Amino acid sequence: MPARGYDDVVLAAPVTVPYVRYSIRGAHWFLGRALAALLAAAKIPKTRVDGLAVASFTLAPDTAVGLTQHLGLTLRWLDDVRMGGASGIASIRRAARAVQSGDAEIVACFAGDTNHTDSFRRNAASFSQFSQDAVYPYGSGGPNGSFALLTAYYMRAHGAKPEDFGKLCVAQRNNALKNPLALFKKPLTLDEYLNARLVADPLRLFDCVMPCAGAEGFLVMRRQVAETLGLPFVRLLAAIERHNGFADDPIQDRGGWALDRDALYEQAGVGPQDLDFIEAYDDYPVINVLQFEGLGFCGQGEGAAFIRANTFEVAGTFPLNTSGGQLSVGQAGAAGGHLGIVEAIRQLTGQTLGARVPNARHGLVSGFGMINYDRGVCCGAAILAAA
Amino acid sequence: MGEPANRPKRKNPVLRTRLPTLPPVSRSRVALGLTAAAARGRLELQVCLDCGAVQYPPREVCRACLSHRLIWRPQDGRGELIAETTLRNAQELFFRERLPWRIGDVRLDAGVNVIAYVHEKVGAAPCRVRIEAALDRAGQAVLVAVPDRGRTDMADDPKLREMTCDPRGRKILVTDGKSALGQAIVRALSAAGADLIWIGEAEPWKKAPGFEALRALPQAVIVPLDVTDGRSVHQLAGEIGGKVDIVVNTGDCHRTFSITSRRGVETAQLEMEVNYFGLLRLAQAFALALKARAADGAANAIAWVNVLSIFALANYPPHGTYSASKAATLSLSQALRAELRPAGVRVINLFPGPIDDDWDQLELPPKLSPDAVAEAVVEALNGSMEDVYPGDVAQDWLARHLENPKALEREVGGKAP
Repeated sequence: MPARGYDDVVLAAPVTVPYVRYSIRGAHWFLGRALAALLAAAKIPKTRVDGLAVASFTLAPDTAVGLTQHLGLTLRWLDDVRMGGASGIASIRRAARAVQSGDAEIVACFAGDTNHTDSFRRNAASFSQFSQDAVYPYGSGGPNGSFALLTAYYMRAHGAKPEDFGKLCVAQRNNALKNPLALFKKPLTLDEYLNARLVADPLRLFDCVMPCAGAEGFLVMRRQVAETLGLPFVRLLAAIERHNGFADDPIQDRGGWALDRDALYEQAGVGPQDLDFIEAYDDYPVINVLQFEGLGFCGQGEGAAFIRANTFEVAGTFPLNTSGGQLSVGQAGAAGGHLGIVEAIRQLTGQTLGARVPNARHGLVSGFGMINYDRGVCCGAAILAAA
Repeated sequence: MGEPANRPKRKNPVLRTRLPTLPPVSRSRVALGLTAAAARGRLELQVCLDCGAVQYPPREVCRACLSHRLIWRPQDGRGELIAETTLRNAQELFFRERLPWRIGDVRLDAGVNVIAYVHEKVGAAPCRVRIEAALDRAGQAVLVAVPDRGRTDMADDPKLREMTCDPRGRKILVTDGKSALGQAIVRALSAAGADLIWIGEAEPWKKAPGFEALRALPQAVIVPLDVTDGRSVHQLAGEIGGKVDIVVNTGDCHRTFSITSRRGVETAQLEMEVNYFGLLRLAQAFALALKARAADGAANAIAWVNVLSIFALANYPPHGTYSASKAATLSLSQALRAELRPAGVRVINLFPGPIDDDWDQLELPPKLSPDAVAEAVVEALNGSMEDVYPGDVAQDWLARHLENPKALEREVGGKAP
C-alpha cells in the first residue's frame, strides 16, 4: 500500500547560521542562534514553536532533551534525529507527520555543530562501534578513507575518470562564488582540481568536504499556518527514506534510493524530468553520482556519461547544489544534510542568497548519512514545490 | 630472515629522542575476541552456532538470524581485495608520523567485508588475498591482507615491520647464558641477525657446559648478572639499560617436588627468587629505559620476552612449587605488559611444555629441545603475537585450558605425585 501523501504540509523560514572553519563556541551556541534566526524569520515568539527535531554530532553529553531546557522551550513534540547527512530528510518526514496529525503545529527542524581544532578527530574516533573496532584503528581517521575505497571501486567498475568528478566540483564552486555564506570564495579550475594533492587515492584535496561550524534550519507547518503568518513557503510533495538498503552488495556502488524512487515520484506526481534543480548530498563527489543513478536521472553505472552530457551550474542543463553544496560551502557537521533543504526552500520562494534557477517550480533534495562501517547506511529524498 | 638489517646510523645525542605514539587503542569488549586470538597468532571471527553465518565487525547478535550464540572460530581468511587506497593524511599522530598507509576493503569468501592493512607484496585490486590477524603497536588486533599464496613475512613490508619485534639489527639482553635454554636462545638470536647480545652470567665460579663457546659468536658480550641480587641487576642496568632494545628473560629455577615430598620452604623460595622476584628486579631496573626509547629510530626498544612454562596455566602437582612460581611470574608479566603497552613495547610470554633437560627427566615425551624453544622465541619476535605455546604438550594443554580450565586442573592434578 502506498504511503499516505503529505496533503498541505509546507516548509518555510530557511535560515543559516554563518559558517566558520573553527569556533570556540559549543554546539548549543550554533543551535541557539539557529532557533533565534527561525523565530526572527517567522516573526513569532518562542512559545509558538511546539515541536523540535534536532540533529547534531557535538551536542554531547546533551541530547534534544538537554537542548530543550537550554533554550527554554516548552514542547509537546520532540525528536533527536541522529542520522548524519540523512537527518534533514528524516526530520522533514517526522515533522510533516506530526503537523499533519496535529501532534504539533509548528516544528522547528534544525541541525548544527561546532568545530574545535580537535573535534574532527574526536568525532571520527568514536563515530560508531563498528567504526571504532574495525575502521578507525587502520588510520583512515574519518570518512576520507571510506570514500576513497568507494570512489576507487566506482571508477574501476564503471569507468569514471577524475575529470568527471572534477567537473562536478568545479561547477559547485562556480555556484558557491555567488553565495556570500560559502566558505570557499576563490574560483576552482579543473586543472587546479586535478593537480591538487592526493589525500587518499584516488581522492584529491577538492574531493573532500571541509568540516566547519555552523547551523541550518527551517520550519514545518500546515499551509494555513504559514499563510496566517504571512510566510513564503514550499509544499512537501513527497519524501522517502531507506536504511541499510542493498546490505548484501559487496561494496556500495548504489545507495538505497533505488528501492523507493518509484514511490517518491508517484507520491509527488512529478518525475525526474520535471525537476528544475537538485540539491544532492555531496560530502564527496562520488556520492553525487550514486544519487544521480539511484534517483533515476541516469541508469546504474552510467553516472560518468551523465556528467559528460550535462552542465551543473545554476544556469546549466542540470542545476546541482545551487548554493555550492557542502564541497564549496563547508560541512557544518549534521547541518550538511539540512544545507540542501534550506537552499531548495530559498530557490522555490525566491529568497536565494546567490544565483537563482529561473522559474524553478520543483526541486529535489537528497540526503545520505552515516558511514557506520564500510558504507553509508541512511538514504533519503524529498520533492518540494513552489507554492 | 637472518640477513642482518642495515645497521642504523649512530644516534645524534644532541637531538631529542622521539616519544612513542600509538594507534587507536579503543575497542568494544566484544571486539577483544579478535585480539585474544591475534595474541596467539591466529585469525578468528565470530560464527553463529545456529545458522553458521560468519560475522564481522564483531557484534553481540547474529547479523542473519539474530541468535546471540556467537563463538570465535579460526578462519582461513581467504577473500578478494575489492578496493584499496593509500592514505596520505591522518589525524592520529601515530599514522601522521608514518604516512602513507595502504588499506583495502576485502570481501571474505565467508561473506563479510573487512577493512585491512594491505601488505606491499599484494598486487593492485582486484586480486585474491589472505587475511591475517596481527597485534599492532597498541597491542590490539588488526587485520592484514597478504598475498594469497606462499608465506609472507610482515617484516618485509617497512610499515608493517613495526607490528613485529624483528630482532635484526637490535641489541638484546639474554639474562641467563648458563642454561642450555639461554644458550640456545643466544645462538638463535645471533643467527637471526641481532646487532649485539649481552649474555648474563651469574655465579662466575661455576663452569657451565657450552657457555665458553658463546664467546665465539660475533655479537656476544658476557656481562655479570645475578637476578637474585638487586644490586647486580641495577648495576648492569646502569651500564646498558639505555641501549637494550629487547630483554629476553630466560631466568628459570626448576626444582621438581610436590608439597609433601620435601620439608621446608627454602627450595621453593629459591624458585620464587629467580622466577618471580628475578622478573620483578629486572622489570624495575630495565622497564623505564625501554619505555623511554620506544620510538628511538629504527632500532628502538621494542620487546620483553619471558620464558614461562605451560605449568603456569594449571598447577602440575609433581612440579607443584615450580608451577606456583611460574603462575606468579605470569601474573607479574601481565602487570609488566600493562605498564609497557602505553609505550608500544610488547611483552611476549612463552609457555613451553616439558623441556628435554634434567628437571623434566621423568616427563614422558614429546619433549622440547632447547633449540626448539629458541626457534619459537625468534618466530614470536618476527611475528606479531604476545602469547606463544611451543611444542605439542603446550598446545595440548592450551586446547584443554581454552575449552575448560577447571577440567584441566582436575586432569593434570590426577597425576598425583
